[in-house]
Amino acid sequence: MAFLSYLINGLGLGSVYAIIALGYTMVYGIAKMLNFAHGDVIMVGAYVTYFALSLMKLPVLVSVLLAVVVSTLLGVTIERLAYKPLRQATSLSVLITAIGVSYFLQNGAQLLWGTSTKVFPSVISNGALALGGISISYLTLITVFVCLAVMGCLTLFINKTKTGKAMRACSEDKGAAALMGINVNQIISITFAIGSGLAAIAAFLLCATYPSVYPTLGSMPGIKAFTAAVFGGIGSIPGAFLGGLMLGIIEILAKAYISTQLSDAIVFAVLIIVLLIKPTGLLGRKLSEKV
Amino acid sequence: MMKNFFSKLFDQKLRSRTISYLLVIIAFIILQLMSSTGSLSSLLKSLLVPVCCYTVAAIGLNLNVGFSGELNLGQAGFMSVGAFTGICVSGMLASMITNPVLRLIIAIIAGALIAALMGYIIGIPVLKLQGDYLAIVTLAFGQIIKSIITNMYLGFDENGLHVSFVENKVTLASGGKMLLQGPMGATGTQRIASFAIGIILILCALTIVYNLIYSKSGRAIMGCRDNRIAAESIGINVANTKMLAFIISASLAGAAGALYGLNYSTLVPNKFDFNTSILILVFVVLGGLGNMTGTIISTTVLMLLPELLRSLQDYRMLIYAIVLIVIMLVTNNAFLQAKAAKLRESLIKGKKGAKLS
Amino acid sequence: MNYRNLLKGGLAAAMAFTMAACSSNSGSASGSTDSQPSSDGSEKAAFKLGGSGPLTGGAAVYGTAVYNALKIAVDEVNAAGDIQFDLNFQDDAHDPEKAVTAYGVLKDGGMQMSVLTVTSSPGAAVAPLYDEDNIFAITPSGSSLAVIYADAANKAGSYGNCFQMCFTDPNQGSASAVYLKDHADLGTKIAVIFKSDDNYSSGINDTFQAEAKDIGLDVVYTGSFTEDSATDFSVQLTQAKDAGADLIFLPIYYDPASLILTQANGMGYAPTFFGCDGLDGLLTLEGFDTALAEGVYMLTPFSADATDDRTKNFVKKYQDLYGETPNQFAADAYDCVFAIAQALKNGNATPDMSTDELTDILVKQFTSMTYDGVTGESMTWSETGEVTKAPMAVVIKDGVYVGAE
Repeated sequence: MAFLSYLINGLGLGSVYAIIALGYTMVYGIAKMLNFAHGDVIMVGAYVTYFALSLMKLPVLVSVLLAVVVSTLLGVTIERLAYKPLRQATSLSVLITAIGVSYFLQNGAQLLWGTSTKVFPSVISNGALALGGISISYLTLITVFVCLAVMGCLTLFINKTKTGKAMRACSEDKGAAALMGINVNQIISITFAIGSGLAAIAAFLLCATYPSVYPTLGSMPGIKAFTAAVFGGIGSIPGAFLGGLMLGIIEILAKAYISTQLSDAIVFAVLIIVLLIKPTGLLGRKLSEKV
Repeated sequence: MMKNFFSKLFDQKLRSRTISYLLVIIAFIILQLMSSTGSLSSLLKSLLVPVCCYTVAAIGLNLNVGFSGELNLGQAGFMSVGAFTGICVSGMLASMITNPVLRLIIAIIAGALIAALMGYIIGIPVLKLQGDYLAIVTLAFGQIIKSIITNMYLGFDENGLHVSFVENKVTLASGGKMLLQGPMGATGTQRIASFAIGIILILCALTIVYNLIYSKSGRAIMGCRDNRIAAESIGINVANTKMLAFIISASLAGAAGALYGLNYSTLVPNKFDFNTSILILVFVVLGGLGNMTGTIISTTVLMLLPELLRSLQDYRMLIYAIVLIVIMLVTNNAFLQAKAAKLRESLIKGKKGAKLS
Repeated sequence: MNYRNLLKGGLAAAMAFTMAACSSNSGSASGSTDSQPSSDGSEKAAFKLGGSGPLTGGAAVYGTAVYNALKIAVDEVNAAGDIQFDLNFQDDAHDPEKAVTAYGVLKDGGMQMSVLTVTSSPGAAVAPLYDEDNIFAITPSGSSLAVIYADAANKAGSYGNCFQMCFTDPNQGSASAVYLKDHADLGTKIAVIFKSDDNYSSGINDTFQAEAKDIGLDVVYTGSFTEDSATDFSVQLTQAKDAGADLIFLPIYYDPASLILTQANGMGYAPTFFGCDGLDGLLTLEGFDTALAEGVYMLTPFSADATDDRTKNFVKKYQDLYGETPNQFAADAYDCVFAIAQALKNGNATPDMSTDELTDILVKQFTSMTYDGVTGESMTWSETGEVTKAPMAVVIKDGVYVGAE
């Protein structure tokens, strides 16, 4: 019984990681860059939602929508100003720029909104669904549901729409995609817009579960989500989802059954073992090398 | 023709080597002079040793990222291993070896060796992977090392070493000394690090790296980076070659860590987290991949920059971030690159013209 | 390849420039941005008061609180007229390395005395430097023993010129254990959740556990978390609940504590929560539902709801200037400035004295005087720099602190 309740807690935590990882993996799949600033876009989304909810007293859905709009704009702006000029540069240059953007957002947030923690208002009822002895909190249910819905929408979008097709083409081969008349630059911008919009939804779910808002809020979930994305096979959308869930569950179970002190080490050790067995993650495509 | 080409190549090699050695030595002489005349500020004095440490770690990472082509996000982990090894060794030898310089050197060597061993152990799984998967595994090892040292308790008394894990169960005979205390790390360390040793360490690191990259193994390392399959096809053992670079990189980080650890009276395991790895990576990328002189300069500049921006108060780190982004944008700007190339070309032509006349 | 050389040249030039700038900086500029012109406009010399704390990064909230309170206190002291301070407070990002650099900046600025650092491990790194240069320092909130002892593990090698305004960690741990023993009505089956990679938290936990064993407290569960896993506490809470704990001891700061309270509430678990001074600040968290903190006990020397005039005045000023309620960090910092001012005044110190003379005066005063402040009445300091003041047990009732005895 205890095991089941741990499993459910892990599922809740994992869904939060998963939804952040989706943003990471999309951007990576198309733009082939590790967007280390993704966690900080989440932080901005969290602040916007917080202000909308507690200061402007807007309804939950409107607040989240507002956060999505702001984050999307922010993501597109970052992309235009910092990443676009580096399209031809090495991936390491882009990585360092992303780190610069991350520092910028964290310190900017600290100047704008102060250093002290703000507590996210509780918007989802604290109740729990009792299912034969185990209780599943509504929060966990909603998180898992939203996560599934987002993944479903994304999968549909990528597989069924024209833009989605163009995205897949770009992730396969940018040069060939450009030859086919796809505006690669535009597709990358759209990807950033979607990824950043997702970040706002992730921010809402993260803060609804763990209601603390502060300037460095995004860094640790960011690293964990990045790990989750790699775990599942970076670039793969179902992979990010699976990776996130697995990471959350492993983390909770490691804490519960092995050691609360060593849980981080265990999570990363499992990651290493998985990557040794499947070098491109759980659902990642095998890289074939051409001679 | 062929001979000419080689001598030119040799010249170029020699030039970049000489430049980096000269840079370090001149900087040392100037700073020593300033220090002896008392015109060196306390701020600058406090930065001397850490700059040396980060430089050595960055040189090591540059070998890894620049020459071997492996993105390593766990360099701070190796520094951590070196640092705590160095502190423990120095702590244990304190009564036996009273000469601080000798003890420091032994500690640095011990730090380098243990870090190299860790590099070897970690390298076995890591180097089987490629690209970003390799990067994440180095990140993971960095986190694991941090986590382990955070939970390690190590004490030393007349009966030898006492280790315990997760919980502090170490009981020492009287006169014993706790070397590592879990999350509190090492406290009360004798500060025996010195700038001169730091400079010597940089020179050693440069010598090791230059000798490696201009050797047969060095060419093999670059061959593996540029085209693994081609390298394999001409009989290079890719695994061993990459391992060599990885171990040397780790041991340099370990040596740097030992020097770093012995420069402060206290050191917490949390210091060597993901952010520190990233910091070192920033030094390397900004200095130029494969460019050791660049690494030395960029480490120095980026360490000094936040200190110089102190007058900006709250805006300090914001400006630092902007500077970082702008540098990346400017150095990667195709238009500016072309301009710079032109400028240089005309300079060279000017020089040649002068020679001819 | 070519542009790279150009860049190299540029960087080298930049390096030369920055070095030159650094060294030229040292002699003249005090680096102070908060120099207080004396209120009456007369040319009164000021004591140079230094200090560092995290103003950026994850721990910035503590450094900012201290800095804000220091500014208020320095303004008040300067306005009173007897003693003038010139405050120079630098950012150390809660990093020992940066704290040592910040110490260099402070020294270049001619610091004569200091509030050391806000957090413990940077404090432990710079304390030997203060000792070497013989500059008096009193930390508002660096509670680790390593801040005042060279050999903290054996409580030996006291620096003699480094003092603490806050309780030491071991002190709080044993005080908590004794309090819980005496007040068995709060709960007898005790669970502990502490932050294992934090000096403050693990320091308190170590002595609490030892003391608990000695006096026979029933600790049924001990769980921990780290900086990287400070969001999800479901496991620790479930296990504490399963172990039958009716009291949870939280030797942690208030941000993670607020998450623990929320999550315990979410799973319908309502033990008594008991914490140390780190929990102070819980009620002032913006947006926090104070109903969750109902019935939380803590041992703290300061409560922002105290009714004495000094506390009221300080809290009001802080709220007016910074829009927040001061926490225990701010209160300790506020007291540091006034304690130093009192010592300087009683010892007839003047700003033109050498640091050695000033340190002698301050150490002599601090080890002999009693000081009344917002964090306690009639505080005294031992030769080793530890403070003696009465910890108050408070309980949160209807969203305010009420003294608990």
